[in-house]
Amino acid sequence: MSNCYSDHQELKFELNHPLMRRVVELKERSFADKDLYENAPIDFDDTMDNYDRVLDIVGEITATTIADNAEGVDLEGPHHEGNRVRYASGTEKNLKAMVQAGMNGMTMPRRYGGLNFAITPYTMCAEIVAAKDAGFGNIWSLQDCIETLYEFGDEDQRQRYIPRVCDGETMSMDLTEPDAGSDLQSVMLRATYSEEDGCWLLNGVKRFITNGDADIHLVLARSEEGTKDGRGLSMFIYDKRQGGVNVRRIENKLGIHGSPTCELVYKNAKAELCGSRKLGLIKYVMALMNGARLGIAAQSVGISQAAYDEALSYARDREQFGKKIISMPAVYDMLALMKAKLDAGRALLYQTSRYVDIYKALDDIARERKLTPEERDEQKKFAKLADALTPLAKGMNSEYCNQNTYDAIQIHGGSGFMLDYPIQRYYRDARITSIYEGTTQLQVVAAIRYVTNGSYLAQAREFELSEVSPALKSLQDRAKKMADMLEEATQKVKDVASQEFQDICARHLVEIAADTLMLHLLLYNATVNPELFDKSVRVYANFAEAEVLKHYTFVMSLTPEQLEYYRQETSDAVAE
Amino acid sequence: MKLKIIVLAKQVPDTRNVGKDAMTPEGTVNRSALPAIFNPEDLNALEQALQLKDQFPGSTVHILTMGPPRATEIIREGLFRGADGGVLLTDRAFAGADTLATSYALATAIRKIGMPDIVIGGRQAIDGDTAQVGPQVAQKLDLNQVTYVTKINSIVDGKINVTRHIDGGAETVEAPLPILLTVNGDAEPCRPRNAKLLMKYKRATAPMERTENMPYKEEFDKKPYLTVTQWSVADIEGDYNQCGLAGSPTKVKAVQNIVFKAKESKRLSADDAEVEALIQELLASHTIG
Repeated sequence: MSNCYSDHQELKFELNHPLMRRVVELKERSFADKDLYENAPIDFDDTMDNYDRVLDIVGEITATTIADNAEGVDLEGPHHEGNRVRYASGTEKNLKAMVQAGMNGMTMPRRYGGLNFAITPYTMCAEIVAAKDAGFGNIWSLQDCIETLYEFGDEDQRQRYIPRVCDGETMSMDLTEPDAGSDLQSVMLRATYSEEDGCWLLNGVKRFITNGDADIHLVLARSEEGTKDGRGLSMFIYDKRQGGVNVRRIENKLGIHGSPTCELVYKNAKAELCGSRKLGLIKYVMALMNGARLGIAAQSVGISQAAYDEALSYARDREQFGKKIISMPAVYDMLALMKAKLDAGRALLYQTSRYVDIYKALDDIARERKLTPEERDEQKKFAKLADALTPLAKGMNSEYCNQNTYDAIQIHGGSGFMLDYPIQRYYRDARITSIYEGTTQLQVVAAIRYVTNGSYLAQAREFELSEVSPALKSLQDRAKKMADMLEEATQKVKDVASQEFQDICARHLVEIAADTLMLHLLLYNATVNPELFDKSVRVYANFAEAEVLKHYTFVMSLTPEQLEYYRQETSDAVAE
Repeated sequence: MKLKIIVLAKQVPDTRNVGKDAMTPEGTVNRSALPAIFNPEDLNALEQALQLKDQFPGSTVHILTMGPPRATEIIREGLFRGADGGVLLTDRAFAGADTLATSYALATAIRKIGMPDIVIGGRQAIDGDTAQVGPQVAQKLDLNQVTYVTKINSIVDGKINVTRHIDGGAETVEAPLPILLTVNGDAEPCRPRNAKLLMKYKRATAPMERTENMPYKEEFDKKPYLTVTQWSVADIEGDYNQCGLAGSPTKVKAVQNIVFKAKESKRLSADDAEVEALIQELLASHTIG
């Protein structure tokens, strides 16, 4: 029977990375739960075995229930009924299966009913689910909003909400408004404290809210009257049982049909403050978004995998000119590149998730006791690494996902353009990944500071010192040259000393850094498991080198004077 | 109302995905070449039992299976999905059982467990395809039986109301408890394994499965729920003459491969009436529908 986890050895490889030993050690607090909970692991191997087996369950549910329902969900979509959302019937079945399997609140501590899973295996589940139904993936993986409630809510709120999420209640994060998309500082939804009700009341409109009729919402709202920027925003918990939020419409989208995207109207909706006032955007939403970005990176890898699988099986099957098209260079070139991008992007995703795991586990330990100086250093180091890699993982994987679904349709030829093959759905579903939870352009904005402050370069230089198999030594040397180009191009941009010039070069610099780091990660993978990754690393090296050269050439040839050719007239100027 | 439910389940070779080596040269099933799985309709039966447990809190579901020690996997699969426990009937003397000897062993074990309110199993196993074991167990235990069940509708005042599959449709019947039900593949599929239960029970084993240098074996003493009950013929006080090969009047004389050949053919013209007639004929013979 097919299984979306065990069918892909690459996932298991990423799970068994040596850094997981530290992740598990921190997450399980030296296995303190083992005498308190029957399902708690007793040592490292036992924990890894749990991860593996639970991933196997998710792989099975995905390959059966979720895969079987995917087409129906895409066609049916959610229903808008009397201010509420009713999921597509297949979505309801998927959700029921995942709840029965106990796959909710996975990362929450056992005392609240969670599985106390590390972020890495949880992220793998998100990847697996998204591979068959990216829209359902959203509904299910919004459970990670609970991380933010856990981190910033008080103990009473934790006890009231976390067990509900572990039992399968769904969540949403209500951030976007008609006039506040990428620019969340402009959020206007009003929060006023009512002495009479003894709680906050929310009034206003939110738009593009994924799973907007969720049981438990985290809402960004303006609590400080008269303020205009991010410092006047706070985070609230809205419980659907309270009432006061209606779904005005469900958007009609290009893809991810299973995921209801809602416009919400708040009318004196009773809500409670989560954390401290005024920290809503600057602290909590940033935390929320970092989690969500990792989630979208996982979704992107999942869709990439699905697209690659479809393209591969079509190319093996399809005959033209008397032979299978997979034997034709023009076709196998595309397939090899798809696989290389998939493996490189996945390596980056899980490198990031492991970093997140370490610093978050240390954050959590810091809530229980004072960290030792060594632990504090470790926490700082990994928080910085995670912050640097998260926008790369999201940005690159969502772009690769779009490229891979595009190429997968190309391999299908005319059939790919018909709505008869699943690839058309993957192609449509992929499109949103480079837009939501921060567009690729915004990922670049987040990442560029790690180019200019030398973080990526330092990481690359550190990787250059690691031992790779002798057969891969020459590839490591090429990666070294790529880092040299990053250094040189960055210096050039710094020397120009113009913000506008830096902004236009930013995407190029960030991609050079990403390509270089992903090549290093694949070099590690191929050194440990050549059978799985040797082809990919070699294909990726050729691709990445050409990409880096392209970006390097652009940055080095661009002059500040040329910006004139790029600037566009605003509508005001046109009107004159 | 608390119900005591026993699910009859069997580990079978996965005959749905057979390769070239599925049969031995002697014409018997090559069990080592085929993955061992939970008999599909027994999974449907397990789901019905678990739904009753959800509906009537305090009810218990136990799996009863007969087979070699590795058949404990069936009990583990049941535990992962919400069963409370299980019994493995294992003994060389049980080997080679036909349906009569199997039903004798199962019925005897059920008496030993204590008579339940409901015994439920799949309609038939995909290796033997006899559909005899369920009814024979009912007969031996003097229980009412309803076969081909697709849905349990209700249990009220000691009466169970079920929908069963019949030729050309379905019927709803009511019968008093205790009862034996066999469930067919149209019933709801079984729920997935649950993460917490899997982590709790993953090392559950029958004593015969255990080895000297098994990892984590110190856990077995600490956690009694990790030991799956294992019974021999003697444990159930069974009659050796009615068990296994000795108790099996069925004798395999020869095994033949049957190859369907398209001997009979019919030529139809493409007009609607003839196509319609063909559809009706195929429906009537249950070739389709």
